[in-house]
Parts: sequence; C-alpha cells; structure tokens
Amino acid sequence: MTDVFALWRWQYLWNDRMVFIKGLWTTIIIAAGGLMLALLLGFTFGLMATSRNKIAKSFARVYLEIFRNIPLTLQVLFIYYSFIYSGVKISPTIVGIMALGLCIGALISEIVRGGIEAIPKGQYEATAAQGLTTLQTMRIVVLPQMIKIIMPPLATQLAVLVLNTCVLQMIAGNDLMYVTSNWVANGTLSYGPAYLVCGLLFFAVCYPITSMARRQERLHLGTRR
Amino acid sequence: MIKLIDVNKSYGDLHVLKNVNIEVKEGEKLVIIGPSGSGKSTTIRCMNFLEKPTSGEVWINGERLTDKNKTRLVRDNIGMVFQQFNLYPHMTILKNLTMAPVLHRLMTKEEAQEVAYHYLDLVGLRAKADAYPNMLSGGQQQRVAIARALCMKSKILLFDEPTSALDPEMVQEVLDVMIKLSKENITMVTVTHEMGFAREVADRIIFMDDGRILEEGTPDEFFNHTKNERTKAFLSKIL
Ligand SMILES: Nc1ncnc2c1ncn2[C@@H]1O[C@H](COP(=O)(O)OP(=O)(O)OP(=O)(O)O)[C@@H](O)[C@H]1O
Ligand SMILES: [Mg+2]
Repeated sequence: MTDVFALWRWQYLWNDRMVFIKGLWTTIIIAAGGLMLALLLGFTFGLMATSRNKIAKSFARVYLEIFRNIPLTLQVLFIYYSFIYSGVKISPTIVGIMALGLCIGALISEIVRGGIEAIPKGQYEATAAQGLTTLQTMRIVVLPQMIKIIMPPLATQLAVLVLNTCVLQMIAGNDLMYVTSNWVANGTLSYGPAYLVCGLLFFAVCYPITSMARRQERLHLGTRR
Repeated sequence: MIKLIDVNKSYGDLHVLKNVNIEVKEGEKLVIIGPSGSGKSTTIRCMNFLEKPTSGEVWINGERLTDKNKTRLVRDNIGMVFQQFNLYPHMTILKNLTMAPVLHRLMTKEEAQEVAYHYLDLVGLRAKADAYPNMLSGGQQQRVAIARALCMKSKILLFDEPTSALDPEMVQEVLDVMIKLSKENITMVTVTHEMGFAREVADRIIFMDDGRILEEGTPDEFFNHTKNERTKAFLSKIL
C-alpha cells in the first residue's frame, strides 16, 4: 500500500504537473462551452415545452426523451463517429461541448419547464389585465421569479456537466480524466497519486458549485412564506 | 362602456354562460351576485378577454374586443382586481404600481411614482411603498392591488370577489376603499357576496344562476321587491 503512494511517485507527478493542469483546463473549457449550449437549448426547449403550440411542445418532448434516455457515452461516440465518417475532422473538445450541451440541455429544459409552471396562473392573469404582451410577461414577471427557483438545480447540473467530461476519455478528449489515465498508462503506473489528485481537482471545482446551490436553496426556502 | 351581446362560453361539454347580455354605462356601478358556480367569474373575465367567449360579442368603448386588439384595448380601458390579489412578489409595492404604466409609456417614471403615491395615500398605504407584497397582510395586499389597477388610469375597473380570500377582520378595510372609489366617475363591475356593499354601492344588481341572468334591477327592487322564487331562495340563504 505504501508503495502505491511512494514519495518518488509524488515527485514524478509533480514534475509532470503541467499535464494535469492542462487537462483540468480542457475540462473547464468543455464544461463552460457545454454550459452555454445547454442553457441555450434548455431555455429554448423549456419554453417550447410550456407553449400552447402542439408542434413546439412535442418537438421539445422528443428532444428531452432522446437525450435523457440514452447513455451520454453513446451520445459522444455517435456524434464523434458521425463526423469522422462524413469526413469532417473535428476536435474532441468540440464533440465534448456538443454532446454535453445537448444532453445537459435536455435536463435543463425540464428544469426550465418546471420553473415556468411553478409561477402561479394569477401572475399571468395580472399581466394580461394590465395589457402586457406574452414577451413582456416573460421578461418582467415570469423569468425574474423563475430564476430564483431554478438556480439551485441549474448549479447542480453544472457540477454534473463538469464531472461528465469524463466520458470524453473514450475519444481521447484531453480532458482531466483522459490525461490522468494516459499519464498513468504511459509512465510508471503511479496510479495512486494520479487518481487521487484527479479526484481532488474535480472535487475542488465542483464542491463550491454544489455548496453554493445548497446555500441558495436554503435561502430561497427561507424567504418564502 | 361595456357591452356583452349573446355571450356563450363552454368548457368542453360544460355550457357555463348561456346567452348573456349586459350593457354597462359609463360611471355605472354594477354588482353581479349569484350562487357559486353560476358563471359570475366567467362573465366578468369575458369583459377583458381573460376568458374568450365561445360565441357572442364583447364591446369596449365602442370597439369590438378581439384577440388582436385585446392587449391594447384592455391596457387602455380596463383594470382588474382579483380574489387572490396577484401582486408581483418580486417587486416592491411601488414597483408593482409603476411597472405597467411606465412600460406602456403612459407616464414617465417620475410621473408614475407621483401617481402611485397618490393612490397609495388613497388606500392608506404610503408607508409600505418600499415593502414587498409578502410583508403585507391580505387586506393590505388587496388595497395595493386596487391602487395598482387605479395607476393605469383605466375608466373601467373589474372586481372579482375582492374580499373572498380575506380574513373577516380585513374585509371592511377593502370595502371602505371600494366605497370611496364608487363616489368617483369610474365604471365599476363587481362580483361579490357582500350584500351590504351591493346595497350601498350598486346602481344596478344582476343576479346570475346556472350561466344565465335571472334578474336585474336596482338594489331596492332586488332586495325588497323581487318576485323571482330563485332570487328569494338565494336571498333567504345569504341574508
Ligand atoms: N377553466 C375552466 N375549465 C373548466 N370549467 C371551468 C373553468 N372555469 C370555470 N369552470 C366552470 O364554469 C362554471 C362557472 O364558473 P365561475 O367561476 O364563473 O363561477 P362563479 O359564479 O364565479 O362561482 P364562485 O362564486 O364559486 O366563484 C363552474 O361550473 C366552473 O366549474
Ligand atoms: Mg368566481
């Protein structure tokens, strides 16, 4: 056991620290890009899911069911090989952003739909009685109230997004998980320190996000009567 | 001011309004009463198209209300006060009052605030301008909701059971505000179970039952001289 964590292994890891820092950076880039895409898709399809237009509604439904009922790993492979076979050279980072964006976007669309439906009907009646258009109602009355409700689950999804960059190791994504495994396999098999550090790095990124979500949730519950 | 012509409303198979005809004159105080489920809310909500009639016409100020013009026509002519207040919980009281008038460019922000304080004075809540709705009692919230409707400077105000969600001790403070309003030249249509209020304020009372108008008349005719058996039965239960 002591040999797994032998001092020289730590030294070795320290020398190659840039590998891990780069991996972490790639993971953060993918997560940030994925989040942008996921928010865009999530709000678009979440709004569609609550619209009275039947076509928009079923479209949103199909999107949701596809991406929340198929493993993320398969989605990644599907996107990756679709590009490969159609002869387009694509960076794994872009694939990661697309796959995570699409998948988390589906989950966020559910959160957004729930948030919109949590706004009481009376709010819409009040704005209609004051002559606000649908768009004005959304912007001024629904969204500001909804944001408070959906912030905690959104933050949770952000953490999920960061953690799920792991699936990119399937396609050599240069993400933190991939570079860690790679470093272990190509070098001295110092998997003890390597996986420990990898885990700590993930924790260091995600813990602040999830604990902020928790605090917000409590705050939110606290201010409601 | 408001005209409902042969208005029918169905929810699926449920026929809730049956050929309702109402004309409300400028400045008139109309009170609609009737048993629960008789279609009072549906009737008043057809007047600003919160509910769209299945058939029939609604005219506001000489213009026929349609899906196309409802946003403008409602904005320019009609305010509404709801049973559940429906204040905007994420805005201060002052913001609740000024949001729509400023958004619609009826006034500048400064003018809107001046108007808001004027009506907050009227309902006795100037001190609460910076509070949020959930810090107020039900009666206070409803008085704010009335002030909010007044800030739009609408000539018509609709009230759908404005005191029904209130604790008994708060009913009077809201009714007092409404009685004060009734002295102004505003057109008021009120659905209520408060018979004292109806007697004191109404120019005309409409009694609805089962989606129809069964009787209409002055408070005196209605309360003291009705010959309609349904009305008598209703009054004996409620008075
Ligand atoms: N959105 C709706 N969908 C289906 N049925 C409805 C809907 N709104 C109202 N109804 C039905 O229409 C009928 C009339 O309802 P309405 O709310 O107008 O009655 P009301 O006279 O206001 O009663 P109350 O005194 O209880 O408020 C009721 O039978 C009610 O169940
Ligand atoms: Mg009602």
